[in-house]
Amino acid sequence: MNFLAPIGRVFIAFLVATGRLVAFAAVSVSHCVRPPFYGRSIGRQMIQIGYFSLPVVGLTAIFTGMVLALQSYTGFARLNAESAIATVVVLSMTRELGPVLAGLMVAGRVGAAIAAEVGTMRVTEQIDALTTLSTNPYKYLIVPRLIAGVATLPLLVLVADIIGVFGGYAVSVHSLDFNAANYLKLTWEFLQPIDIVTGLVKAAVFGFLVTLMGCYHGFHSRGGAQGVGAAATNAVVSSSVLILASNYMLTLAFFGA
Amino acid sequence: MSAPADAIGTEPKIELRGLKKAFGAKTVLDGIDLSVGEGESVVIIGGSGTGKSVMLKCILGLLWPDAGSICIDGMDVSALADRTRQTHTAKIGMLFQGSALFDSLTVWENVAFALRSRTAMSRSEAREIALGKLAQVGLGPDVADLSPAELSGGMQRRVALARAIATDPEIVFFDEPTAGLDPILGDIINRLIVDCVRHVGATAVSITHDMTSARKIADRIAMLHDGRIIWDGPAGDIDSSGNAFVDQFIHGRAEGPIGMAVRR
Ligand SMILES: Nc1ncnc2c1ncn2[C@@H]1O[C@H](COP(=O)(O)OP(=O)(O)O)[C@@H](O)[C@H]1O
Ligand SMILES: [Mg+2]
Repeated sequence: MNFLAPIGRVFIAFLVATGRLVAFAAVSVSHCVRPPFYGRSIGRQMIQIGYFSLPVVGLTAIFTGMVLALQSYTGFARLNAESAIATVVVLSMTRELGPVLAGLMVAGRVGAAIAAEVGTMRVTEQIDALTTLSTNPYKYLIVPRLIAGVATLPLLVLVADIIGVFGGYAVSVHSLDFNAANYLKLTWEFLQPIDIVTGLVKAAVFGFLVTLMGCYHGFHSRGGAQGVGAAATNAVVSSSVLILASNYMLTLAFFGA
Repeated sequence: MSAPADAIGTEPKIELRGLKKAFGAKTVLDGIDLSVGEGESVVIIGGSGTGKSVMLKCILGLLWPDAGSICIDGMDVSALADRTRQTHTAKIGMLFQGSALFDSLTVWENVAFALRSRTAMSRSEAREIALGKLAQVGLGPDVADLSPAELSGGMQRRVALARAIATDPEIVFFDEPTAGLDPILGDIINRLIVDCVRHVGATAVSITHDMTSARKIADRIAMLHDGRIIWDGPAGDIDSSGNAFVDQFIHGRAEGPIGMAVRR
């Protein structure tokens, strides 16, 4: 029976970690709706998370849109179905690639930065200092980041959608000899509001996950510089995995059988 | 029946009874008994890693003790829920061992932090008070708008001190206030702590390894060793304590009972 013990230990450790994360998320969210609110911090985080992520998200989106057009052309040309390219590009961008790629890029850029900043504050006792100065660290540090993540990621994804579709358009019109007006007409033809809305809902969820994991790992980091480094890595890895997993669940919920 | 007037005055400001704290299998505090009277300045001495900072953090509610009681003004705060506890620990100003300045804020915003978080004070008013506190620790208005990272370690220490006393708290904890300062600055800080206690009437608990500083600021000295207070007495008695541990510590000798304990 002894070989079951390690399995049980791993399972219990997993349950404990999950429980801690859920408890952390619940406390953080409950502080989101109770005053005091730190408006300036929220604004600063929105600029940090949203505005400064624009270049990297924009670049990712334009290249993805371009490559989508190229690849679907090589496939659809054989079937004489080139007219489907515009639809493939716009639906893939708005439904899946826009939110997922923006989420992953923000996880790498912002998740790591949040974990490193909050983690450094933890190991240098700044979080303890906040408490002794009558300031709740959840409200002061965590809440502004969560709110900024949930609020700005949908905006980023909207921008990514537009830039990605433009990338596909540019490649189709300039390299694949599409008629510009015709391509745009095809783009709009099968696009439903629901495609965009589900993408934006996904983005809000991913924004929550990225900032939550950054805050969680930073808040519980220990052991100096090494601990902060580990927190940053764990934040990126865990939020990336959570983004991909929750993306599947959300797709299933929105479009599933 | 009302209590006699002098009984109120003799009630300890802070009282620890049987305080225990362990991290995993490692016992750090093993039954601390200590009481600090109102307006008294107590210095805790003891080797590095004996749990002096942990003791202060337990009182502040930053760490949860495993056993024992912590009374502030006669109220057992160790049993209170987080939010009610905050109203009691808000009486305490804390100088952290590592300064713990907020590096996202400027120097004056650090000093004025508690003023702004506890009261609806305007920025300019808070800044005025912060500049006054900075002057008390020997820093001019030219550093007020710098970021803490631009200051030397000794200046950061003094900013942290100004932050700890910014709200004129009833109780102040100083965790190694003179560490990393030159002797002259050290003496300025010692005087500031004495000022806090003698003139402002605050109750002070300081941790230090610096015996010169301890003699200057202490009314009473307590020595922490092996998780317990092994000696506690008036500062004047420290040289005639008759305790081998205390003698070894204050004379900084490598040989003695503490060294034996390390080698064993
Ligand atoms: N958060 C913590 N987790 C685990 N161990 C800790 C923690 N804080 C302090 N310790 C341990 O407690 C002991 C006492 O630490 P501390 O109170 O900082 O010593 P000092 O008397 O030098 O201030 C040390 O051995 C330290 O490793
Ligand atoms: Mg210490």
